This record gives sequence, C-alpha cells and structure tokens, in this order.
Amino acid sequence: MLKITNLQKTFNPGTVNAKTALAGLDLTLKNGDFVTVIGGNGAGKSTMLNAISGVWKPDYGTIEIDGVDVTNMPEHKRAKFLGRVFQDPMMGTAPDMEIAENLGIAARRGTKRKLRWGIKKTEREEYKKLLATLELGLENRLSSKVGLLSGGQRQAVTLLMATLNRPKLLLLDEHTAALDPKTAAKVLEITNKIVTENNLTTLMITHNMHDAIEYGNRLIMMHEGKVIVDVSGEEKKKLTIPQLLELFEKASGSEFANDKVMLSK
Amino acid sequence: MAFLNVLPGAISEGLIWGLMAIGVYISYKILDIADLSVDGSICTGACVCAVMLAGGNPIWLCMLVAILAGALAGVLTGLFHTALGIPAILAGILTQLILYSVNLAILGGKSLIAIDIRSADLLLHMSNNPMAIVSAGLIIASTIVVLWLFFYTEVGLTIKSTGENPHISRAQGVNVNLNKVIGLAISNGIVALAGALLAQYKGSANINDGRGAIVIGLAAIFIGLSVSLKIKPNFVCSLIGVIGGGIVYYIIYNFVILLGLKTDYLKMLSAIIVALFLAVPYLKTRYFTKQKPIPINAGNGGGDNA
Repeated sequence: MLKITNLQKTFNPGTVNAKTALAGLDLTLKNGDFVTVIGGNGAGKSTMLNAISGVWKPDYGTIEIDGVDVTNMPEHKRAKFLGRVFQDPMMGTAPDMEIAENLGIAARRGTKRKLRWGIKKTEREEYKKLLATLELGLENRLSSKVGLLSGGQRQAVTLLMATLNRPKLLLLDEHTAALDPKTAAKVLEITNKIVTENNLTTLMITHNMHDAIEYGNRLIMMHEGKVIVDVSGEEKKKLTIPQLLELFEKASGSEFANDKVMLSK
Repeated sequence: MAFLNVLPGAISEGLIWGLMAIGVYISYKILDIADLSVDGSICTGACVCAVMLAGGNPIWLCMLVAILAGALAGVLTGLFHTALGIPAILAGILTQLILYSVNLAILGGKSLIAIDIRSADLLLHMSNNPMAIVSAGLIIASTIVVLWLFFYTEVGLTIKSTGENPHISRAQGVNVNLNKVIGLAISNGIVALAGALLAQYKGSANINDGRGAIVIGLAAIFIGLSVSLKIKPNFVCSLIGVIGGGIVYYIIYNFVILLGLKTDYLKMLSAIIVALFLAVPYLKTRYFTKQKPIPINAGNGGGDNA
C-alpha cells in the first residue's frame, strides 16, 4: 500500500541550522496495516508524514502509494489517496464554516469540483448518521460552525473528514496530543473503531507508549530520520514499556528522549 | 434642507461604492487577502465602459467587457501571488501600477473621457437619482443572489475554505492556488462592474477614478459588518450590511462636505475612518479588557465536553 524508499530530507541545507530530518528512510506498509509510530524529539516522525502528504519535495528517494509514484505529485493531487488528522485541533477544519460544509468538502476529496451544489440533501442525512456514531451529540448540529466545537469534538470531526471518502492511507500526526487525557482516550477509541471497521491502512504517531502498544498490529520506532525498531503481530502484543525502551536503547545506542513521552506517564 | 438635497445622490453613490465593497469583501474577508489591485480595476471598469460607449456599443456589452477586464486584472494579481510567489499585498500594488498604464492606454492617452449622455442609453446617471438608485439596487440584488448561490456550490465552498484554512483545504484535495486566482478574478470583476456604473453615473471616466478605492471599500465593510454581524452573522446579511456601509459612508462624506470641510481632505478622512475601525477592536482588548474573576472549579476543565 505504501512504499517509501531511501527517503532523505535536510532542512536549511548549507547553513548552521542544517537539520537532517530524514536520513534514508525505508518503510513498506501492507494493505490494512495499522502502524503506531513512536520516537524521540526530532526523530523525523512528523517529517515522514509531511513527506508522504507532499507538503514539500524530498531531497532524494521515492514514495509510492498503492503502486503509484507520488514523489513529485503536488499536495492537493495526492490528497485523493490520503486522510490526514493533525495535532492542532484548529488545523483540521475550516472554523467559520458549518460542520456539514466541512464534511461536504471532505466528501469530495479526489473528485473534480464543479458548479453543482456543495452538499446534497441525501448527504445531510448520511452525515447525521455518521456524526451519531461519534456519540458526541453532534448529529443535530450539522449547521453549527465548527469553530464553536471543543478541541475533542473538532478532532473527531476531522477524523470523520479524513475517512469519509475512504483513503488509501490514513495519517494521524499525534492527533490526541493537544487534548486532555479523558478526551484523548475518547478520540483514540473513535479512531480505533473507524480504522478497524473500515480496515484502513494507517500510520499513527503517538507519544503515548501504552497506546502505541495497545493499538494497531505493528509498531515502529524512529531515530535520527530512520526506522530503527519494527515489531508486529504476536511479538508486538506481548511488548511492555520497559522492553520497548530497551529495544530502543539497543538499536539507537542512546537513551530515549522525548519530552512529551516523559511528561505523559 | 441642504442635507436632504444631497441625500439621493449620496445613496446612489453609496450603492455603487457598496457594490465595489462587495468585491473587496470577497478578497479581504473570504480569501483573507488584502488586494490593492482594486484601486486600478475599478478605474479599468470605468474606462472600458466609457470608451466602449463612445464607440457606440450597447450598454450591456460595455458592462460585460468591463467585468471581464476587471476579472483579468484579478487573474494577474492572483498569478503574481501564486505562480510567482510574490506577497499578496505587493502583487496587488504591482497590478495597480500596471493598470494605471493600461487605463491610460484605454483612454487613448487622455486623462478623461466624457460619455455623451444624450446619445448613450445609460442604466443610471446623476441627473436622475431615483432611477439610479433603482438600477444600482437591481444590479446589486442580482449580484448578491448570484454570489449567494455560488458560495454554496462545490467550487464556492472550497474557495471559502481556502481563505479560512488553506492547510486543510490542500489536505482535502483543494487546489488552493487556483482558488485564490478564481476568487481574485470574481472580486475584481465585481469591482470593475462598480467602476462601469460609476462612469455612467458621473458621465465620464477619469484616470484618477478609484484612487483610494480599497480604503473606501474597507470602510464600507467595517461600518456594515459592525451592524449586520450583530443582527445575523450570515453571508447574505453581511453583503447587505456592506452595501449599507457604503451608503452610510457616502452620507457621512456628503455631510462633512456640507459642514465645510475642504474636499482636499476627504481622502485623509476616509483613511482615518478605516484606521479607527481597525484600531478600536485592538485597543479594546489591549487596554479595556478587565480580568475576569476566577470561577470556582477552575481546574483543567474541558474534560467533560469532549
């Protein structure tokens, strides 16, 4: 489903601020893989998702999604393959537009937009049902501005937007990190439900080691722009946090350092 | 009494500039771009209309070509900004400067072209203000209806989202750059239509028409929205508010002239009005916001309203 080969990216090359964010990253995802991603500060996790999304072009390497080489495809074109949810709840929606309008835009991801109605009547019913599955009481607020929702509600709506038009690949960039623990758990539960029910191929960055072990069928750890630990199946299910830290230290030769992980025990 | 005499004229002019302000609303409020090319494109609309009328063309054709000329100016600004990466403000200034030369060329090197109001079949003219108000009102009403419908279409919705959040728009497969160009074309097309009406109303097109138009447009927007947002914060209501803002602006304008202010100072007055409207909300939050008392149970809330 996803094939990343020898991906490299250096920010501010040739200056004192030069930072190699991706250093020959290789990663292959099978159809239906639900992969959790953890790593220290500046390991290249978000950079990887941005590269897949096409926010900028990599310096070297290729990205294939479902057999299509998207390395040089502009961001809005490859959006047809991707569903994305970001860390910042403000980032995933248009705040001054209605919930229904946001969903209407998302439902047409990957299609050519024309001068016909942006939301059909039948769609409103469909959105209502989908919002009801979130169990956040949003099903009767189709015409509310998204800006009026709480952070958790927004992330849930963004999640719906990302998956409304089934993506080949779902990219979750610490999408619960900005929420309080209770809300984060709820959003994560919704995420898991949507991903498993639709059998979506998913990359989920998280700073919560417990979540990284509990969710998904595969776990990767990144360090200095590369994947250094890759466990899946039974082996992953049996992992404990101390084992995970040990794996990391063995593979990287350094101690695991991520402020958020340290603070989120 | 003198004031009542100038009132119909003030309303006519206010309607025309209100229409222009709707164009500015699309770039400034919807696309979130301060587009300075409107100073040029309103004049382009006036020049095209006047010159084509002098050439004996039917009025509807003159206005249509004026709209297209304005839209083209918007495309130019859009391409400067998106394809060449020039900051939006500067892109608008460049287009404005280009349009000054273009407008002179349209006027055939003259600084003013008069419309022969006896031979041309005009939609509105200052000699008949009641009719001017009706004509301008009808054009504005149809413009608002068309825009209202347009912003509910697939394309229209993504133009709104482009201005609100380009990031998520791209993630949802929206060509943000193309949308900015389309939006600026629509905006400047409407501005040029207002220019065409202005030329007919005044019976002439002048190379200096439209200098400071952006400021008048913004003033109309701020005055209008300060009222309409309180009544009903939706799209149509906002546009009607903007038209109202244009009228209020021209009534104030005429009132100040009657009070004896030298017309030389009017541009400064416009700028001061806009500066005030921009400054007041800022000053309010900066200096006049009282700290609220801390409510009991003010812990790390938010957990229950997921």
